[in-house]
Parts: sequence; C-alpha cells; structure tokens
Amino acid sequence: MRFSKIFLFLGLFLTTAGLAAQVVGKATKGAFLLKNATIETVTKGTVKGDLLIQDGKITGIGTSVNAPADAKVIDCTGKFVYPGFIDGGTNLGLVEVSSVSLTDDASEIGDIKPFLSSLTAVNPSATAIPVTRVSGVTTVLTKPTGGLIPGTASLINLVGYSPTEMYAGYQAMQMNFPSSGARGRWDRRSEEDRKKDEDKKLKEINDLWAETKLFASISAAKAKDPSIRQTYNPTLEAMAPVVDGSMALMIEVDRDKDILSALKWIKENKVNAVLSGCAEGWRVAKEIAEAKVPVITGPVISIPTRQSDRYDQSYTNPGILAKAGVQVAIRSNNTENVRDLPFHAGFAAAYGMGRQAALEAITIVPARIMGLEKELGSLEVGKTANLFICDGDPMETKTQIEQVFIQGWEIPMNSRHSLLYDEFLERSPGVKN
Amino acid sequence: MKRYLHLLTLLLASLALGAQTPTGSVHIKNGTVLTITNGVLTEADVVVENGKITGVGKSLRTPAGAKVIDATGQFVMPGIIDAHSHIALDAVNEATNPVTAEVWTGDVLDPFDISIYRALAGGVTAAHAMHGSANAIGGQCETIKLRYGTYNPEDLKMQGAPRTIKFALGENPMRVHGEGNRILPRTRMGVEHVFRQAFSEAKDYMAAQESYQKKKASDPTAVAPKYDYRMETLADILRGEIIIHCHSYRADEILMLLEVCKDFGIKRLVFQHTNEGFKVAPELAEFGAMASVFADWWAYKFEVYYSTAYNAAILTRNGVVTSINSDSEDYIRHLYHQAGKTQRYGQLTDDEALRLITLNPAIQLGIDARVGSLEKGKDGDIAIFSAHPLSIYAVPQMTIVDGIVRFDIKADDNDMRLSVDPEKTEDMMLEYAVEHRCMEGVEGHAAHHH
Repeated sequence: MRFSKIFLFLGLFLTTAGLAAQVVGKATKGAFLLKNATIETVTKGTVKGDLLIQDGKITGIGTSVNAPADAKVIDCTGKFVYPGFIDGGTNLGLVEVSSVSLTDDASEIGDIKPFLSSLTAVNPSATAIPVTRVSGVTTVLTKPTGGLIPGTASLINLVGYSPTEMYAGYQAMQMNFPSSGARGRWDRRSEEDRKKDEDKKLKEINDLWAETKLFASISAAKAKDPSIRQTYNPTLEAMAPVVDGSMALMIEVDRDKDILSALKWIKENKVNAVLSGCAEGWRVAKEIAEAKVPVITGPVISIPTRQSDRYDQSYTNPGILAKAGVQVAIRSNNTENVRDLPFHAGFAAAYGMGRQAALEAITIVPARIMGLEKELGSLEVGKTANLFICDGDPMETKTQIEQVFIQGWEIPMNSRHSLLYDEFLERSPGVKN
Repeated sequence: MKRYLHLLTLLLASLALGAQTPTGSVHIKNGTVLTITNGVLTEADVVVENGKITGVGKSLRTPAGAKVIDATGQFVMPGIIDAHSHIALDAVNEATNPVTAEVWTGDVLDPFDISIYRALAGGVTAAHAMHGSANAIGGQCETIKLRYGTYNPEDLKMQGAPRTIKFALGENPMRVHGEGNRILPRTRMGVEHVFRQAFSEAKDYMAAQESYQKKKASDPTAVAPKYDYRMETLADILRGEIIIHCHSYRADEILMLLEVCKDFGIKRLVFQHTNEGFKVAPELAEFGAMASVFADWWAYKFEVYYSTAYNAAILTRNGVVTSINSDSEDYIRHLYHQAGKTQRYGQLTDDEALRLITLNPAIQLGIDARVGSLEKGKDGDIAIFSAHPLSIYAVPQMTIVDGIVRFDIKADDNDMRLSVDPEKTEDMMLEYAVEHRCMEGVEGHAAHHH
C-alpha cells in the first residue's frame, strides 16, 4: 500500500519532470502535397506548381502531380520551397557547450587517430539540432577536431533518435594539414621552429602513408594465405581506405603556402581529396582550380586572415574561387549557430559569387562533393525529401522558414529558442500580478 | 616683427585646430533616407556642415565647399553604434582584483588598430571601447568615434560622452578570482558581496570627505582623508555620474544587481549580453534598466545554454531599451546583419530592428542627443548602403564621421594599415579563432569566453 503510493508519487513526478523538460515534439511521416508553390529546384530552375512527398522521397513536381487521397495538403500559395541546406563542416551533435570540456566529444587526445568515428559520438538529442533544422539546414557534415588526423567526419540528417538513423551516407577522414604559419597571436614559435614543426609533421604523414600501404599489402596477402600473421593496428587499418582512395580525405588548410604544399602532396600521392577551410584560397585560386580539388570553405562571415588584406576578403573568397573554376561549397564551421549557413551564403552572394552559385554552394555542390548528388541537394523526383517551405528568400534574415521536411518527416517547428519565446514573450506571472 | 606675429598667430591657430575634432561638410543626394526617428524619406538629401547635420529632406541646397555624394538607388542611415566593443584597445582586462574601478580604457586607446577601419567598412561610426569582464567591478570605458586615419589616441574619444564603467557577473569573475586566485568571488553570492562591500566602502569614503569639507571651513588644521581614485570612481557611480554597463547572462544575477542598485540608489544601469534578460524583461522595464545583447550567440558556455535568439524581440516588446552589440572585431563589421536577425527571430519591424544598432545604443551610452538618428543638429555620422541595410545583399558603400568620409568602397586601398613595418613579413593568422577579447589579458584562459 505504502509502496504503491510511493510509486504513484514517483510516476507523477516523472511525468511532470518530462513535461517540464524541453521537448520539441514528434516528427510525423506520410504523404504530403505542397500545393501551388514556387519551387526552387536549384538544378532545374524555378517551377510553379505542386510537390509531392511519399515514403521519404520526392515523388512528384509540377502542375500535374497525382497525390494519394490520404496525402496531407499544405497550401503553399505565395510560398517558396527549397531543398534542405547542407553544411559541409560543423561539430553539430558532438559538442554541447564548448567551454565545458566534458560536453566536448569532438577533440580527442592524440595527434594521429584515424580510428575515431564522429558518428559514434553524435548525440541525437543535442539541443542545437532542433535549433539548426528549423532554419532549413537539414543535413550537416559533423567532424572531429584537433591533431594531425582527428578521425572521420560523418554526414547526418537532422532527424532521428540514433546516429545510425541519422547517418546520410558519407564519411571522410579529416586531416589538419601541416603549416609553417603562426597559429594565432599567442604562437611565439620562431619562423625557423615553425618550419621545423611543419617538416616533422609532413614526414609523419608520409611515413603513415608508406606504413599503410605496407599494412594493406600484408592484409591482401593474408586474405590469400591465412597463415600470415598481422598484428592489430587500428591506425593503419583505418587509414587503408583513405590510402587506396575509397574514402575521401578532407584536408583542413587555410594559408596560401600550405594550400600549395597540400596540392603538391595530393598530386604526389594521388589522394582522393577535398580541401576545407581555405581562408586564403583566393590567393591561389588558379592553382586549386588546375588541381581540380573541390573546396568546402567557410565561415564566410569572418575577418580577413591578414591585417593587410582588404576588409571584405573573407566575404569575397568563395566568389573568387568559384570564378577561377573551383568547385566551392560553403560551410559554417560552427556548432550552435549552424543555422547561420544561409547567411554565410548570402554574404558570398553579395560579394561577388552571385545568388545562384551561393545557393548551389549550400545545396547541390556539397552533395556532389560527397557523391550524393543523386539523393540530396536539389528538388528532383526520386530524391530524398529534405526540403522546406518559406515565405521569401531564405538567405534574407527577414524570411520565415515555415515548415521543414527531412527524409520525408514533417519536422516539429520548435526548438529551445522558439519555446522560450513562446513562454516569455508575455510572461505570466509578470511583475504586477 | 609683424611677420613673426603672423607666424605666431598661425601656429596658435593650428594648435587650437589640432585640439579640435576634425569635421567636414557633405551633401548626400537623392537617397532613401532611414532617419530612425522620422520615418523613411525617398529621393531625399542629407546635408552636413562642419560636422553637424543641417538638413534632412528633399532637394536641399549644397553648402559651399561640401563634398557632393550621389546616393541614387542607395540607402542612407545614421552611423551604426556598437555598445560593446574592445577594438582600438591595447589592453582589455586589469584582472588583478575583483574591483578595479580606478583603471580606464581611455588610457590605452590604439588608433592604429585595423579593426577600426574594418568596423567603418561595416557602417559603424561609434563604439563603446570597454574594459573586459574579469572583475565584478572592472575599469572605466571610453566611448569612441571611429576617426580612423588619426595617429593621436585622443582624437578617437567622443568628447562630452558620459562616463561609463564595466561590471561583470557570473562565470568570468568567478573563474578568474575564485577559481584562479582562490579569493572571493567563487560564487554568485560572492559577486553580490563584492558590489555591496565596494559601494558601502564608497559611502564611508564619501562621508569622510564630506565631514572633512565641513570641518575645513572652521578648522584650517583639518586633515583630508586619503585620496583614493577607486573610491572616487565608485562615489561618482553613486552620484549618478557614471553609467554602469554590466556583463551578465543569467536572470537571477540580473535581478541581484537590480536589487543592489535599488539599495544604493543607482539608476543608470545597462546590462550587457543579458542572454537571460528575456526572462526578467518586466523587471528590467520596471526599473528602467536597459539591455545590450547578441543577436543569436548561445551555448558557448554553460551560463548561456538556456538562451534564445528571440531575446532582443522579447525585450523590445516588453518595453526594454535594447541594442544589438558585437563584442567582436568580426561582428562589429556586420551589426546591420545582426540586427536583421531580429526579423527572423521575433519579426521586429525595420524601424525596430534598425533602432537596435542606432538610437538605442546611443541612449545606453548617453549620447542620443548627438547621434543615433538623422536629425538636424546631430553629428554628421552616416552610413550609406547599396541596398536596405537589413538585407543580406546590402553592401556598405561609404561611412562618414563628423562630415568626413572615413570609408569609401570605391576609393580606398586594399591595404589600409596606418603603420607598416617593412622589416617584418606579415604572416597569416586565423584571427577569427582569437577574436573575442572580453577575457583577453586573463592568464591561462582561452579567449573564447565572451
């Protein structure tokens, strides 16, 4: 009797605690007909008409879409539909509060740690995930940081309750390319010491490459002859797909000289490479274009890398790269404010890139770089239903993002930020009652 | 002799001129003028004569010697004001004591800081060059005008602007002094005590001064109490001569400082950052305290985990005078974009959003009689944009301070440094990684703690 009362009390307590905790609500799946919209396909121009979502895919676009009777109809008169934005570089899901180290799962100890996978540490309940997706960013590459080789980055859709559910089909090994540049104002190393450090790191990479090749050849021999002994080596095992080119290597590099040195190294080792960061890409845009290595650059809204640079150099960087013929995607390189991605693209658009190229840089271009152009990055029949409805140009801050769909799930348009707004706009009780 | 006299007069005149703020005259023609206080005027002019606005309206006459600027198709707004900045400073934190009211950023102004020019290139004309947030009672701050090009630190000062001082609540003073130096405050209880103790001591100091002044009249041998500049400054706060600008995040600590100020009769109070200001907006409004906030920064430390990008909108709708600030040499360059975010998060009107970076920060700094709107008699501080400044596609074209063009997208060189060392090769630095200076000068702490 007494126990049951306690349990009843406990049960009540848990229920109220559950209600008090910030939850954003459930996503729902089904057939959705977005009626009478202006559809910005990105790859096939602007279409006036309907868009049908079924089983997580886009199954119809145009003026003669046949929707099943049970499809939920959403009137989009005067509204726009865009493909979900893709951020090619974030720490979303890995870091909750950056200054609280125990909530940071992005930066592991060690220098060469290719055996680490970001996907394993993605927290599907990270508060920043709903905050991000209601802005129309539906898919992000989330990456480990720190050291020469931080581990593998993973592309995730911002819906789901497990990393596996969220996984969007692309992983890339991360590398922070050796640099002889100063790391910041606090970097007191002499120019000579910095050069020595750079050479040492380059040697480490080259040794790793050679060892991995040897390891891979032993693995191949072992496959034929099981009597061959091979000791456990997680580093070389993880590097094998990178060295044989089946996994992309994403090389974080910013300084002009380092970019050139990276391009030379990529060529010599025939690496399946993507450059990321590239803050000084504009200085060597021609060389990057000639090397045909794609670039994921950003943040665009940031200050120039040198005091002598023109004030808007970080804004013009993506446009200069694109005009030189480089395949350019834009990233936020952020955690809690990945939602700024369309604004980074907007600044790039205003400062020389043009709106269409900037829009592509956060949709179809990152999809292409990741080999997912058949599934993501534009509104086309057969593609994954990652998209959103808005009342204007989504790069404009004034525009309201009204409804987001990710993998066909109708996403609750709530986040901590909007829930606090709902609670506190007119606080009750206030001061006088 | 007469010739020498002429020379002397010239010399004196130039000395006198040197001590004055350089001013200019411009006639901006045919733009869309966002006055802030008087609506939007299309195909309108703004005239500045000797640094002051003398006309806002249609088809105005060009004053003699004024530079004519064609703003056809462009948007003209008052120069943007940043109520929280650390640009143009050689030092930010005197992190040696929980109370350092005796120091002043006006002593460490750096006119060579390229950030001044970059901020101008974002339409900013005035900024609050603040002490950092290491101490519960930090140093006094300086309100500056972005007169980039001068080599004289004094020229940056906005003469006549009210005195201000930096206070700080929460994690920063707790970490620096409690965790770092093992002295109070290590908790928010301790932070409150620092204020109550400092103001109580200041009252004692004032009483001692007062009794000395009284005694002195009848007793020429009366000994003056020891002069203490820290106490003098705190006394000036109690007298209402200094505006408090307090770094704060959580609602509870904001309420605490409101109570302290009520108890000590302090009325001029602006909260900085104020991430949880939205929770206590009615209390802030009732007190008359103001709030200067980020557009959307959150989650970089625990005390900003329960934040909302709708903060500025909630505060505004509750009647709190609110501004959007930068606290960053990056964000100061696009405050117009940051203000635009209040339309995504809370749907503020154009006028409300623009006030957050013009008139409202001017009110918070006590300079609204001189800047913050385009009105006759105000300073000629103006920003011209290619499109509406709240649009993502707007590009600042020209920025004018006291009638002098300090940024011109068409005329300026790429390299705008004032001082170049030919012996030194300039290396790349990813400055966005170290941009946040609120905690600069604090040993052993990463700069990324606003």
